[in-house]
Amino acid sequence: MPEVAVRELTFAQAVREALAEEMRRDKRVCIFGEDVAEAGTPFKVLSGLVEEFGCERVLDTPISEAGFTGMGVGAAMTGLRPVVDIMFGDFLTLTMDQLVNQAAKVHYMSGGTWKVPMVLRTTLGATRRSAAQHSQSLHAWLSHVPGLKVAMPSTPYDAKGLLKTAIRDENPVIFFEDKMMYKLKGSVPEGEYTIPFGVADVKREGEDVTIVATSSMVQVALGAAEMLEKIGVSAEVIDPRTTWPLDEKTLVESAKKTSRAIVVEEGYGRYGVTGEMASVIAEGAFYSLDTPVKRMGAMHVPIPFSPPLEDVTVPTEQTVFEAARAMCGKA
Amino acid sequence: MTIATDQARVIDGVRAEQWIRIYRRMVTIREFEESVNELYTRALMPGLAHLYIGEEAVAVGICAALRQTDYITSTHRGHGHCLAKGASPDRMFAELLGKEAGYCRGKGGSMHIADPATGNLGANAIVGGSAGIATGAALSSKRLGTGQVTVCFFGEGALGQGVLYEVMNLAALWKLPVIYVCENNLYNEYTHYSETTAGDMLARGAAFGVQAESVDGQDVRAVYAAAQRLVERARKGEGPTFLVCRTYRYHGHHVGDINREYYRSKQEEQEWKTKGDPIKNFAAWMIQQRISDAAALEEMQKEVRAETKAAVEFAIAAPYPKPEEADEDVYA
Repeated sequence: MPEVAVRELTFAQAVREALAEEMRRDKRVCIFGEDVAEAGTPFKVLSGLVEEFGCERVLDTPISEAGFTGMGVGAAMTGLRPVVDIMFGDFLTLTMDQLVNQAAKVHYMSGGTWKVPMVLRTTLGATRRSAAQHSQSLHAWLSHVPGLKVAMPSTPYDAKGLLKTAIRDENPVIFFEDKMMYKLKGSVPEGEYTIPFGVADVKREGEDVTIVATSSMVQVALGAAEMLEKIGVSAEVIDPRTTWPLDEKTLVESAKKTSRAIVVEEGYGRYGVTGEMASVIAEGAFYSLDTPVKRMGAMHVPIPFSPPLEDVTVPTEQTVFEAARAMCGKA
Repeated sequence: MTIATDQARVIDGVRAEQWIRIYRRMVTIREFEESVNELYTRALMPGLAHLYIGEEAVAVGICAALRQTDYITSTHRGHGHCLAKGASPDRMFAELLGKEAGYCRGKGGSMHIADPATGNLGANAIVGGSAGIATGAALSSKRLGTGQVTVCFFGEGALGQGVLYEVMNLAALWKLPVIYVCENNLYNEYTHYSETTAGDMLARGAAFGVQAESVDGQDVRAVYAAAQRLVERARKGEGPTFLVCRTYRYHGHHVGDINREYYRSKQEEQEWKTKGDPIKNFAAWMIQQRISDAAALEEMQKEVRAETKAAVEFAIAAPYPKPEEADEDVYA
């Protein structure tokens, strides 16, 4: 086997590399959204792509989220592979008809004749001091809708592999990136690889408690696991990587092994992704559990602006650590 | 069928056989819709349907100017568009009855007929909901250089939806080959458009630099002439256009909307039906131009009626999908 070079890339670089590789591989892949070309988005995730692929394939749009998302649906049906960029996940509200009534329904309602191979990239996550309209994590809404797939990478490696899979998928995929994670570095091998949807990744093995975490909360869970180790608690951290399809088996098997489970997420807990995953674990591992599954999500408030207010709305290493410690009966 | 005319004779720049095809298609839609109403009345059709009767000249005049590979998007009142683009009545009826043989294998019903073979991207039950899809299809055609044109059909009720203006702006900026065809049948469901539409309709397209014009939607020759011009313009890469067709919906908003006098008078309906009927007026013109004669047209109507009856019978006899198909085709 030839040695595969592994570099350290940031999350943003990994996303960009996935897009560039897919655009080189397949001329039908194009990007559109607000300030995606010369500006490379406010997060600079797309910097350099317009220089390589031209403004025919990296298209700046007006500030018309519903309009250009709807065009993404139509373009995907008719031969392009659009990657639509919605700068902040909060703006998904403006695209909901296009995603929920159009993209998600086309294949089914047409009796399986039309397909929508579209990716919509957007962001989630608080603590950027951006207040309530630029901080939400609304992936639960889309995970709720049959016909859509939802990916939420937590590392540069996963970001690249999952995005390449998303672009090659024949269905509409909503791809959530934690905007606070763009500068996170991680190992990414050079060259071609993809990560299948619906396959969870065990980010850390453990024996005493399972912590299921998505996106921004995976690093938090890993930090909490370090703290737990110091008090003699061995935590297993599982990242489902896609909320739909969901790798129910890995969640259930881990909870059976450890007999305790916490689900931690940056979306709202109320009617949210944590509720779904906790229910999957409770149904699948009920007779192995020592204690009820615990859910941890964003506080049920609009995300506030002021740092001391905002910081208490999101689970932290400390709060996850304390929840796990209490669950394991450690004083 | 015998029609006493030279099929290749050219009248108003169009061969006689094409005028006859146009007539036949309008009659096909009328007969189809009359049968839908009957199926509803006889409680043979699940749910509701929105009839296109009275508006046939719009769908047929526009689609006569399109190629099979050109795209359309349609609306909740979409049977006419689908048939005009080439859908087959038997599979249409089968879909309306929720049968396996339907265009959507029973998953879509009356408001969602879609058919890749005829370029039909799908009828849409969200008012204005297909504007994005149509404009995106036009983006594909331009990017892939296929020369296809997309027609986005919608009613004047969709003029209340913001997304329409978002995509018109984009289509103008990117010079996309899309024609926005507004069927102004005067009523947003049960409300006259004058109560919902401020200012000048055409100005809404013109504001984006989208060439905007209106046409008598009861005159299939006028619609066809406009469509040919606009389609050619789009194919040449000259960008989007906006065509408002003045028309009238003979029936209610849907088949169950029987008592309509609280929002429009019987006298108004009668006037449109007698003076503005697109099929009668076109028949009179064809006879006058000796493209056909009354006997031949009557004969054609009988044929279409028999075909329609056979299509209905096919649909009634067709099996339902199996319950286990309910979760098929959620994902490709």
